[in-house]
Amino acid sequence: MTLDWPTLLPLIFAGLMGLSILIYVVLDGFDLGIGILFAMADDEEKDTMIAAIGPFWDANETWLVLAVGLLLVAFPIAHGVILTALYLPVFVLLVGLILRGIAFDFRAKVPVHRKGRWNFIFFAGSLIASLAQGYMLGIYVLGLDTGLAAIGFGVLVALCLAASYAAMGAAWLIYKTEDELQRKAVRFLRSALVFTAVGMAAISIVTPFASPRIFDKWFTWPEIALLAPLPLITAALFVWLWFLTLRLPARGDRHSITPFVTLATIFTLGFAGLAYSFYPYVVPERLTIWEAAAAAESLAIILVGTVFVLPVIIGYSFYAYRVFGGKATELTYD
Amino acid sequence: MDALLLSRIQFAANISFHILFPTITISLGWVLLFFKLRYNATGDAAWMRAYFFWVKVFALSFALGVVSGVTMTFQFGTNWPGFMETVGNIAGPLLAYEVLTAFFLEAVFLGIMLFGFRRVSNAVHTLATLLVAFGTTMSAVWILALNSWMQTPAGFEMRDGVAHATDWWAIVFNPSFPYRFVHMLIASGLTVAFLVAGMSALRYLAGDRSASMWKALRTGVFLGAVLIPVQIFVGDLHGLNTLEHQPQKIAAMEANWETRAGVPLVLFAWPDEAARENRFEVSVPYGASIILRHSPDGVVPGLNDFVDNHPPVAPVFWAFRIMVGTGLLMLALSWAAAFFLLRRDRLPKLLAYAYTPMAFSGWVATLAGWYTTEIGRQPWLVTGVLKTADAVTPVPGSHVGFTLAIYLVLYAVLIVVYLGVLTHLALKAAREGDNSPLPGVIDKPMSQPAQAGE
Repeated sequence: MTLDWPTLLPLIFAGLMGLSILIYVVLDGFDLGIGILFAMADDEEKDTMIAAIGPFWDANETWLVLAVGLLLVAFPIAHGVILTALYLPVFVLLVGLILRGIAFDFRAKVPVHRKGRWNFIFFAGSLIASLAQGYMLGIYVLGLDTGLAAIGFGVLVALCLAASYAAMGAAWLIYKTEDELQRKAVRFLRSALVFTAVGMAAISIVTPFASPRIFDKWFTWPEIALLAPLPLITAALFVWLWFLTLRLPARGDRHSITPFVTLATIFTLGFAGLAYSFYPYVVPERLTIWEAAAAAESLAIILVGTVFVLPVIIGYSFYAYRVFGGKATELTYD
Repeated sequence: MDALLLSRIQFAANISFHILFPTITISLGWVLLFFKLRYNATGDAAWMRAYFFWVKVFALSFALGVVSGVTMTFQFGTNWPGFMETVGNIAGPLLAYEVLTAFFLEAVFLGIMLFGFRRVSNAVHTLATLLVAFGTTMSAVWILALNSWMQTPAGFEMRDGVAHATDWWAIVFNPSFPYRFVHMLIASGLTVAFLVAGMSALRYLAGDRSASMWKALRTGVFLGAVLIPVQIFVGDLHGLNTLEHQPQKIAAMEANWETRAGVPLVLFAWPDEAARENRFEVSVPYGASIILRHSPDGVVPGLNDFVDNHPPVAPVFWAFRIMVGTGLLMLALSWAAAFFLLRRDRLPKLLAYAYTPMAFSGWVATLAGWYTTEIGRQPWLVTGVLKTADAVTPVPGSHVGFTLAIYLVLYAVLIVVYLGVLTHLALKAAREGDNSPLPGVIDKPMSQPAQAGE
C-alpha cells in the first residue's frame, strides 16, 4: 500500500465516519434508552428523565447526521447502495426519530391532559428508532442479505440493540439521578445488561460464519492471539459491571458514572471488532472504501475544515455537558 | 405510478414540510437576540418575557426542523442515489461544511439557550443565543450555495460522467447564489415578522394588553414593514438573474409561449400545454417586457425556444403569482399596521383580525417561491448536467408509494399539532399576561412606570 493522498484520504474518512457512528451510538444510545425506559417510569420520574437528557439530545442526534453525512459525502456510491438496500428499515428509523424528536418538545408544551399521549409517543418513537437501527446493523453484518434467516437475525440484533440502549439509558440515569429513581435505574441496568451481552455474543459468532473472509481474518495464527484480548476484555467488563451493579448505589454516590463509562468502553470494543472484520469494505464484500470514495480533491477540502472544526465541536460539546453537569434538576426556560 | 413520480412527490413533500421550520428558526434566532440585547440594554423584564415566550416557539420549530432535516440526509441515498453518484464531489463538501459549521453549533448551544438562563452568566446566555442564530444562518449559506449550484452550476468539469470541482470559489458563489441567498434570508425575516406580529395580534384579540405582547407586536409589524419593500426589490433582481441564466424558467413563470418583443404581463391565464397557448388570458400590454427588459420593445424569451426542455408551465406560473400576491398583501397589511402603531399608538381591532391569519403568510409565500424555482428547474436536477429522471432510485414504486403515504399522514398530523400548540401557547400567555414570576430576571425599577401605565 502506497501512502499517497488518494490512498490515505478514504482511510481517514472511514476512520472519521467510524468515530462519528461510535460517538452517536454512545450518546444517542443513552437518550434513546431513556425513551425506552419511559415504559417503566411514573409521571414524575418521566420529567426527571427528560431533564437528564433535555439539553443534550439534539446535539447527540447531530452525530448521526454527521455519520450519514460522511457516508454521503465521502462514499457517495456506498451511501446509495446501502440506503436503497435498507429502504424500509431506514424509513422506520426516520419515523421513529421524528416521533420522539417532536414528542420531546410537545410533551412539555401541550395542555396538561394531553401530556400522557406525548409521553407514549416519546417511548414508542425511541423504541422504534432503536429497533430499526439494530435491524439495519444485523442486515449489514450479513452483507445486506435479505433472506428469511437474515431477517430473523436482524430481529434478534434489533431486540438486543434496543436492550443495550436501554442499558445505556439506565447507566446515564444512575449518573444523573438520585434516590428511588436511581435504585430503579440499577435494576433496569441489570436486566438490560443480559440482553446486551447476548446481542454482542450473537453478532460476534454470526459475523465470522457469515463470511469466510472475516473468518480467516480472526481465526488464523497469529491474528487469533493478537485479537484474543478484544473478546476477553469485553467479557471481563460485562462480569465486572454485573457485580458492580449489585453494590450500587454506593455510599457518597461513588461510581455513579462508572456503569456508563464501562458500557461505553464495551461498545467501543465491540465496534472495534466490527471495524476490523469489515475493513476494507464499506459495503460488505462488494465495495471497498477506495472503490466507493469521492474524488481526492473533494475529500481534501472537507478534511481541511474537519481538522479545524471537529476539535472545536468536541470542545463546546464538553462545555455544554459541564454547564448541565451534576444531578438532573427541573428544566425551565426562564 | 412509477418510482420517479412518487420519489419526486415524496421529496417535495419532505422538503416542503422541512423548509417551513428553518424559515422560522433562521430569523427567529436573530429576533430572540434582539429581545435579549434590548433586555440587556434596558433591564426591562418585558423584553425577557417576550424572549421566553418566543424561545418556546423556537424550540418547537427547531425540533421539527431537525427531525425533518435528518429525513432529508437519508433520502438523498434512498431515493436519489444518482444525485450523489454524479455530483457528489460538489454537493458532498457543501453538505459536510453545513454539518460541521452549522448543525453542531446550533444543536449544542440550543441547550444553553433554552435551559441555561439560570445556569450560565447573562453574557454567556446572550452569546449562546448569538451562536444559535449564527448557526442557523450558516446552515442557510451552505444549503443555498448547493441549491443555487444545482440551478446555475459553475466551477466544475465533467470527467467520465462525474462532476469534479475545479474552483470552489466559483462553486459557492455561483451566478444565482447571492440573489437566492438574500431573497431567502429576507423571506425568512418576513415569515418571522408576520408570525410574531400575527400571534401577538391573537394575544391582543384574546384581551392581552401586556408590555411583552406590545413589544413583540411592534417588533413584528415594523420588521415586516421594513423588509417587504426590500424583498420586492431583491426579488426583481433575482428574477433578472434568472432571466440571464435560466430563461426557460422565466418563460414558464410568465407563461410566454413565443420569443418576441412587446410581451404583455399575464395577470391571469390557464396555460394549456397541449395547445401551447394561454386560455382565459388577462394581461397588461408590454408589461413583461417593461419589467424584465425595462423597455416596452424588449425581447422576452418564450417557451418555443425550449421545446421538450422546459418545466411544466401551469404550476410555475401559478406558484409565482401566489408568491407575489401574498407579498402584496403583506405590504398592505404591515404598512397599515405600522401607520397606526406609529401615528396613533394603537392597533385597530380590524387590523388585528387581519393579522392573525396572516401569521403564516410567510409560509405560503416561501413555499410558492420555492415551487416556482424548483419546478422551474425541471426537467433538470442539476441544470445541463443531470436530469431528474436519471438520478432516481431502483427501489420499487410500491415501496416508495407506501412510505410516501405514511409521510403525508405524519406531516399532516404534525402540522395540525404544531399550529394547535402555538395557538395554545399564545392563548395561555394571553391569560397569564405579565404576571407569572421570573426568578432569573432582575427587574430594574425603570421598567415599572411603563407597566403601571397599562
